[in-house]
Amino acid sequence: MKWFAAAAAASAIPEFTAGTATPNLGAATPPATKGYGTDTNTAGYFKPGDVWPLTLPAAQRKLVTALADVILPADHLGPAASEVHVPEMMDEWISAPYPDQQKDRAKILPGLQWIEDESHKRFQKSFTALTSVQQHAICDDICTRTGVKKEFSKGAEFFGVFRNLAASAYYSTEPGWHALGYVGNVPLTQFDGPPREVLEKLGVTQTVV
Amino acid sequence: MPIIASSQAQPEYDVAIVGSGAGGGQMAYTLTLAGLKCVMLEAGRAYDPGTESAMFQRPDQIPLMNAPTPGKPYGFADATIDGGWEVPGEPYTQASTKAEEQFWWWRARMLGGRTNHWGRISLRNGPYDFKPRSRDGLGFDWPITYADVEPYYTKVEMLVGVFGSNEGLENTPDSPPGVLLPPPKGRAAELYAQKHAKKIGMPIISIHRAVLTKLLDADTLPAKLHPGNPRAQKIVADSMRARAACFWATDCHRGCNIRANYQSTTVHLPPALATGNLDIIPNAHAREVTLGKNGKATGVLYIDKTTGREARVKAKAVVLAASSAESVRILLNSKSAPHPQGLANSSGLVGKYITDSVGVSVSGHVPALENLPAHNEDGAGGPHFYAPWWLYTEQHASRLDFARGYHTEFNGSRSMPGGRNPLSDDLGRGAYGTKFKEEARRYYGSFVGYTARGEMVPNEFCFADLDPAVKDKWGIPVLRWHWKWTDQELNLAAHAIKSYTALIEAMGGKVRGTPKSPRDAIAAPGKVIHEVGGALMGADAKKSVCNGWNQTWDVKNLFLCDAAPFASNSDKNPTLTIMALAWRAGDFIVEQARKGNL
Ligand SMILES: Cc1cc2nc3c(=O)[nH]c(=O)nc-3n(C[C@H](O)[C@H](O)[C@H](O)COP(=O)(O)OP(=O)(O)OC[C@H]3O[C@@H](n4cnc5c(N)ncnc54)[C@H](O)[C@@H]3O)c2cc1C
Ligand code: SF4
Repeated sequence: MKWFAAAAAASAIPEFTAGTATPNLGAATPPATKGYGTDTNTAGYFKPGDVWPLTLPAAQRKLVTALADVILPADHLGPAASEVHVPEMMDEWISAPYPDQQKDRAKILPGLQWIEDESHKRFQKSFTALTSVQQHAICDDICTRTGVKKEFSKGAEFFGVFRNLAASAYYSTEPGWHALGYVGNVPLTQFDGPPREVLEKLGVTQTVV
Repeated sequence: MPIIASSQAQPEYDVAIVGSGAGGGQMAYTLTLAGLKCVMLEAGRAYDPGTESAMFQRPDQIPLMNAPTPGKPYGFADATIDGGWEVPGEPYTQASTKAEEQFWWWRARMLGGRTNHWGRISLRNGPYDFKPRSRDGLGFDWPITYADVEPYYTKVEMLVGVFGSNEGLENTPDSPPGVLLPPPKGRAAELYAQKHAKKIGMPIISIHRAVLTKLLDADTLPAKLHPGNPRAQKIVADSMRARAACFWATDCHRGCNIRANYQSTTVHLPPALATGNLDIIPNAHAREVTLGKNGKATGVLYIDKTTGREARVKAKAVVLAASSAESVRILLNSKSAPHPQGLANSSGLVGKYITDSVGVSVSGHVPALENLPAHNEDGAGGPHFYAPWWLYTEQHASRLDFARGYHTEFNGSRSMPGGRNPLSDDLGRGAYGTKFKEEARRYYGSFVGYTARGEMVPNEFCFADLDPAVKDKWGIPVLRWHWKWTDQELNLAAHAIKSYTALIEAMGGKVRGTPKSPRDAIAAPGKVIHEVGGALMGADAKKSVCNGWNQTWDVKNLFLCDAAPFASNSDKNPTLTIMALAWRAGDFIVEQARKGNL
């Protein structure tokens, strides 16, 4: 129980502070306390929510969706993050009871509130209601790890963790694979190695005949 | 006979085998096909790769995108059940509080052991590897030679199916013609490395892995493996026919439900069970080898984990193959009035001279590999190429400051994405949106990684004994680890870092990350999961635990058939040698049984 309380405290959203007009996003449901153990149903197929409940309230899920789509939009390389369940996978991640995921949760939940505060400060609106030019204005200030202005350092740290997790999820999906150029995971009757155009581009020949 | 409960065991068996991994699986196969009645005790649960292997699951169909967790260190879908660095209720302890002196002990607890998820890299030891002390004055010679083991390497390769090529390189043995299966084609990054490694003199060739690149020849192989034993031939032929060839997709670490790679559970145990001569008791944790008045082993005392109670099996001979360190633990715990230091330990050497491989990894980014046209490089579910150790001459002439070599394993390139950000922050430089996706696509496939598996020289500081206080949940004393790297390992690590930096630069690439000192770069003790030794074989009963037949000097009907008897830990991964020696020891046991010597 002690551990549970500590985890819940770590994930709590910072107090709403007087003076800013930001609505508090509200506390997320505490994450699961029990993991999937050591003997898993390895051959099963799963979706977020199957092994432990998702914990993001609607307002935060909406914000995650908006930001994930700014980072991974629909374009010539494929669909947007939200079309391939990236927000749900991110929710599963931060709702997990394990230390690594709890560390990310402790960055992501306060970070979401930070983005929302910043959005209200600059544009008096929720991040989810901003135009894409306005969203980019905020993201441009926090998208790098180095050379960030001091007042944005917290936002930048959050953005890095968020982008990392969103990309991990996006490229776990079939459309994500196509966006990257991965075309495997299909059974073949024989393996021919790289095609001729690849060998020529690299200036190599196939040495296994 | 089948998988049974403890209560269904026969009153007595010819042989009791502890453990069902590479060593136990091979032993059960050899003995039961020769007609001996065996019981196998396995601490973990029964496991069926046919129904339990994750094959085509994408990371988005697996909890946490298959990320490592404390309960599943290689992810949810990995073929390790109930095992890992920690096993609940079964601790191990460390003599030192310093991280670099602490041993990470990976333990399997399932039918088939670590062979369900291992990397399938299957290299033969060479002639030097059995006589290292004669060559450089360090460590120990084995009491056997390459020639003694060669026929068994060949048999194991024929049975399990190993792909590779014969290159005629020094101390990197060829297999007899027709034994190896065809090697798979090189991948883009492998071919590119192979070409440019010539500049630095590093040979890159096809690796050997236990994957069926082609169906086994069930019409001819069984007769070669079991001459004069038609029943064995039939059983083995049927088992070979039940295996499919690799379909060039999916990750071998998740296990293979078409039986195209080697797992004890798909290759060794099915034919052994088909003989009717094998009972397997899962959830049976061996505690001690029991001893008769005549000084011979009488069987095994174990915990039936389904009830928590002690139980016994009786046998005319006992084989320990619980993984090298666990077999050490069983010996040390088998104390009796005549053997206060544990069984087979009159030399005082049980637990001593444990080695792991020296692991060092360097990764790089190679611009020439960027933006390649999309193509499928899944291949045989693991590396296709490697670099064997190549500086034997320099080393023998004392021109290097370390005595033993390393081979190089390849990773990376266009493997299945997911669960990780493919574009690290330093390369992405802040990109998000379409720019991020374009950059991720550009860099995908351009990262290379080289990992050394180097030979550690046995030293007196690396050993395991029983913790005087700590017990596991069954009340069995646990192992306590002691570890120290020496300059041998650190200098080897430094050399590997230099070689890989040169290789990456020869490819026009750049090393990723900040260079580390050898002490920081070397994988933590145990992390390579190639721990061997602890009950060395030797020619002298006072200076070793077993003889050249894996038979303990002190107890004639007790055999150690995992890596515990390894007198050295060559750079070649241990498992093929575990199997070859287990088959050889099995033939010896069969012969002794026929002569009535058990
Ligand atoms: C990630 C990984 C990758 C690897 N890759 C390679 C590779 O590419 N090439 C290579 O050569 N090697 C590789 N290895 C090492 C390889 O898995 C081992 O060398 C091999 O499995 C050892 O066989 P074994 O029979 O000694 O032990 P194991 O395979 O560990 O089997 C031992 C069995 O004994 C059981 N057991 C333990 N204690 C008891 C007890 N007290 N009573 C009853 N049963 C007990 C265990 O549950 C287990 O099933 C790898 C290992 C890992 C983890
Ligand atoms: S790559 Fe081949 S051998 Fe490995 S799991 Fe897939 S089908 Fe089986």
